[in-house]
Amino acid sequence: MAVETAPKAPARPARRRPAPVGHRAMPRLKTTVTAAVAYVVAFIFLFPYLVMLLTSLRPQETLRDATILPTQWEWANLVNFWSSGLAGNLVVTLQVAAGSTVLVLLVALPAAYYSARHNFRGRTFFLILVLITQMFQPTAMLVGIYREFSQLGLVDSIWSLILVNGGFNLAFAVWILNAYFSSIPRELEEAAFIDGNGRFGALFRITLPLAMPGVITALIFTFIAAWNEFVVALTLTTTPENQPLTVALNSFIGQYQVDWQNLFAGSVIATIPVIILFALIERKVVGGLTAGSIK
Amino acid sequence: MRRLRALEPLAWIGPAVVLIAVVVLWPVVEMIRSSFLEISRVGVVRGWNGFDNYDKLFAEKDFADIMVRSVVWVVAVVVLTVVISLALAQLFNQRFPGRKVARWALIAPWAASVLMTAIVFRWMLDPEVGVINQIRLRLGLIDALGGASADQLGDASTAMPWLVFVAVFVSVPFTTYALLAGLATIPGDVYEAAKMDGASRPRTYWSITLPLLRPALTVAVLINMMNVFNSFPIIWAMTHGQPGYSTATSTIFMFILKSSDIGESAAMSVVNFGMVLVITAVFLKISRWNRAVA
Repeated sequence: MAVETAPKAPARPARRRPAPVGHRAMPRLKTTVTAAVAYVVAFIFLFPYLVMLLTSLRPQETLRDATILPTQWEWANLVNFWSSGLAGNLVVTLQVAAGSTVLVLLVALPAAYYSARHNFRGRTFFLILVLITQMFQPTAMLVGIYREFSQLGLVDSIWSLILVNGGFNLAFAVWILNAYFSSIPRELEEAAFIDGNGRFGALFRITLPLAMPGVITALIFTFIAAWNEFVVALTLTTTPENQPLTVALNSFIGQYQVDWQNLFAGSVIATIPVIILFALIERKVVGGLTAGSIK
Repeated sequence: MRRLRALEPLAWIGPAVVLIAVVVLWPVVEMIRSSFLEISRVGVVRGWNGFDNYDKLFAEKDFADIMVRSVVWVVAVVVLTVVISLALAQLFNQRFPGRKVARWALIAPWAASVLMTAIVFRWMLDPEVGVINQIRLRLGLIDALGGASADQLGDASTAMPWLVFVAVFVSVPFTTYALLAGLATIPGDVYEAAKMDGASRPRTYWSITLPLLRPALTVAVLINMMNVFNSFPIIWAMTHGQPGYSTATSTIFMFILKSSDIGESAAMSVVNFGMVLVITAVFLKISRWNRAVA
């Protein structure tokens, strides 16, 4: 059954096996070459974001100069961004991301906990439903989303974005939380229950703290996904003030004479924190997304 | 009392089911329904029109090209992503000083918004000031900035490879990490045994590493197929599917149709969705198969 395939405790990655030692004669050289190649690869993958940062620091009048590095630096761009119109869009992004994260946690926590702890009629159905929705993407059903929210009168509202982002990230959250709850021994909770903590006391004092890494992963993952979301917001928002930053930046690039430095300052402010946050949960995300296949 | 008991799961699971129903299932139903409706530009439903939307869609003169391009797009991006990720997973699985930092750098395109990555690439490809064109100029690949040869995104024959490049660029990090996780599960003694048998390095990789990586590889491929098939921001930010529809995939086409004929756009979505369902079915089947083998 599909249900058995997944919620598995995200096993902490075992210590990596030692890299097979090649020719003993020149391990130094081999390591040096490996490291050099790896650094070049790392640089390539960082390159666009470095360009983003460098461009955001150019004075406005030198933006269209054909030099690879800026000749003058304008750190004020990153400050001036906050008084540009785009700052309002960043606030919308923040609201959507925070709202979706709260929604996902409120909805996913009880569902994941209950389906990990209890066997009930419809459990299989529920877990398959979650598994299927994990494969769905909002882009594929954009027309349906647009039609639905038009009928509900929620077009151009922040609530529609919170709902859609919450709904599409729910599966991952339920999945990873279910795995964490399943891996916590029932006895721990029962012991706390017997000690007079009550059912909810045991849940909040024992189970939830132990599942915290899973909760944090689900939280950051949802936040970033909603923060970066573009196509649904492009479809569901019409007034510029109601658009999240992604949509606002996209409408920027069609124009020619604009404050490009604000665009790049906005991208930098919206991108760098997200990269750092994501680095914290990367391992668990891999485990969650490929659950059931990698053991 | 007993009735209350039966309702207990509903209290815990109910909100999640409702959210999935409202946000995921309802749009699917609405999308399929819309594909059989005649809907005016402003969204007024004029009534059922059978398969007219589909007939209109299939009769679009660009339809065949767009479908072929979508398949080529998915295959090219996924194959390149997997091949590059297999190599990078081997590389980052080696021990070397600074490995952690190097691995971190790889996270950036995965964590960052795909749209913003695409916008930066578009900026780097700017015919007059783009850094990629400046580098090409210095390498002697182009004669001057600003000319037709510098306008890589202006023509499908040069734009398409760049779009594929960016799609691969944003897909490689997740795939590499998934394969690294897969590599970590292969026990070291398997390699010892192979060494004792005198197997060569390529031989060991081909007959031991790859087969053992298969579960990780399968899932990574399927997740990538879904993502790439539904990929929107890269093409939208870099070319809008232009010139004409020459760089549009079916997802882009669906979006463009949305502003002229929602019914036809819904029909395009349903066709897309059919393909997505097939991929999901394969995914379910394989994850089940996986379990059976283990």
